[in-house]
Amino acid sequence: MTDQAPTAGATNAEAGEPLVCMTGVDKHFGDLHVLQDINLDVAKGEVVVVLGPSGSGKSTLCRTINRLETFESGTITIDGEPLPEEGAALAKLRADVGMVFQSFNLFAHKTILQNVTLGPIKVRGLGKSEAEARAMQLLERVGVAQQAQKYPAQLSGGQQQRVAIARSLAMQPKVMLFDEPTSALDPEMINEVLDVMSGLAKDGMTMIVVTHEMGFARRAADRVVFMADGQILEQKTPDDFFTNPESARAKDFLSKILTH
Amino acid sequence: MSSLFSDYHIWTALWATVRLTIYSAIGSLVLGTIVATLRLSPIGILRFVGTSYVNIFRNTPLTLIILSCSFVLYIQLGITLANSSDPKFADVNGFRLAVVGMTVYHATYVCEALRSGFNTIPLGQAEAARSIGLTFGQTMREVILPQAFRGAVVPLGNTLIALTKNTTVAVTIGVYELSAVLKTVTERDPGLLNLSFLVVGVIFVILTLPMGVAIGRLGNRVAVKR
Repeated sequence: MTDQAPTAGATNAEAGEPLVCMTGVDKHFGDLHVLQDINLDVAKGEVVVVLGPSGSGKSTLCRTINRLETFESGTITIDGEPLPEEGAALAKLRADVGMVFQSFNLFAHKTILQNVTLGPIKVRGLGKSEAEARAMQLLERVGVAQQAQKYPAQLSGGQQQRVAIARSLAMQPKVMLFDEPTSALDPEMINEVLDVMSGLAKDGMTMIVVTHEMGFARRAADRVVFMADGQILEQKTPDDFFTNPESARAKDFLSKILTH
Repeated sequence: MSSLFSDYHIWTALWATVRLTIYSAIGSLVLGTIVATLRLSPIGILRFVGTSYVNIFRNTPLTLIILSCSFVLYIQLGITLANSSDPKFADVNGFRLAVVGMTVYHATYVCEALRSGFNTIPLGQAEAARSIGLTFGQTMREVILPQAFRGAVVPLGNTLIALTKNTTVAVTIGVYELSAVLKTVTERDPGLLNLSFLVVGVIFVILTLPMGVAIGRLGNRVAVKR
């Protein structure tokens, strides 16, 4: 990996300083209090894996960080800037926050290459040839460069998800959000996606990852955040969390998934 | 048969019908897309404007709209769409007013066809577009509308076929299109009545049948694979 464009965009925060700060964030879905007084700081270069049972609010937490979900109270800042409510300012901030979805969400009417160049051309104002050159580098990096002229439906799930990661990286984001990126994949495709994510983590990308892949959490995470019922119950290093969970919910959760 | 063509200017009338169809189709495609964008906007007042537009004009008979174009826009308000010193002023002005009326009415159907196309698009497409920093306008132009049009080819085609046949209402404000031939024949030459209805009917079938075939093929060809 020489002569490559930097994957992470420039930030005001130095390595180790807080990049994403959530303070007192609350959200309801009707009567359901899905996020309860969430306080979470993620430092530049840190990889945070969010674990928890279904319905614990971890996807919602991930989606509030670029305001795909609104929240009622509290503040979220990214690289020192509070999250704008809407409009052009919000679009500008979202450009700096990469997002990878469970269902890939590649633009179905565009080729793989067009998927990766759309943001750089329309949002960053890059010329077509420069955007394409960088897109090809990124596609090479995630191992789908041969598919550049195909349409998303012609690719396997694992390939589509790797393209989705390249699409986010093309924006040179300050932080990447992963919302259950491997949950819709066949088992043999999970590793090809996790490998790309591990590579990003090694390169120093700031990442917030919602996942059920415990192996990835152990290997790649700097910190594990455990959520249940809309609350953050524990925040620890992976080793500490997996060997020494404190809360009853975490013990129960781990006993159910680690017995297999 | 030949007197029908020579005395009643069927070719001229057919050309007027075709032009009326083309201009109104383009107009309603543009206006309908704008109204659909309003209806999908995140801003409540814009959605209200779009919804009101559709509810008002879709539920008004086309004849009433076309007549209003002439009586209200032109006669009452004095709005003209042609140069009044032009010797053909009445024809040109009437034709253009008819295009306006057709456009205003059929835009509502284009809007609703596009909304049905919009509903075929998974929510994640717009979320992905927003997450890479596209604004609402860019998201619509680059991601939503292209897919909505592809998913709406068949209902848009239905609207085009209906629009083609609906041009026959323009006779009410004096446009010499195909149904004006029937009106004139009825008044002057009842002996030709059956033949003229048959000929005009066949012409409309010839116009619309290929549209249906083309639409079906186009719909399959541009369909978005998911």
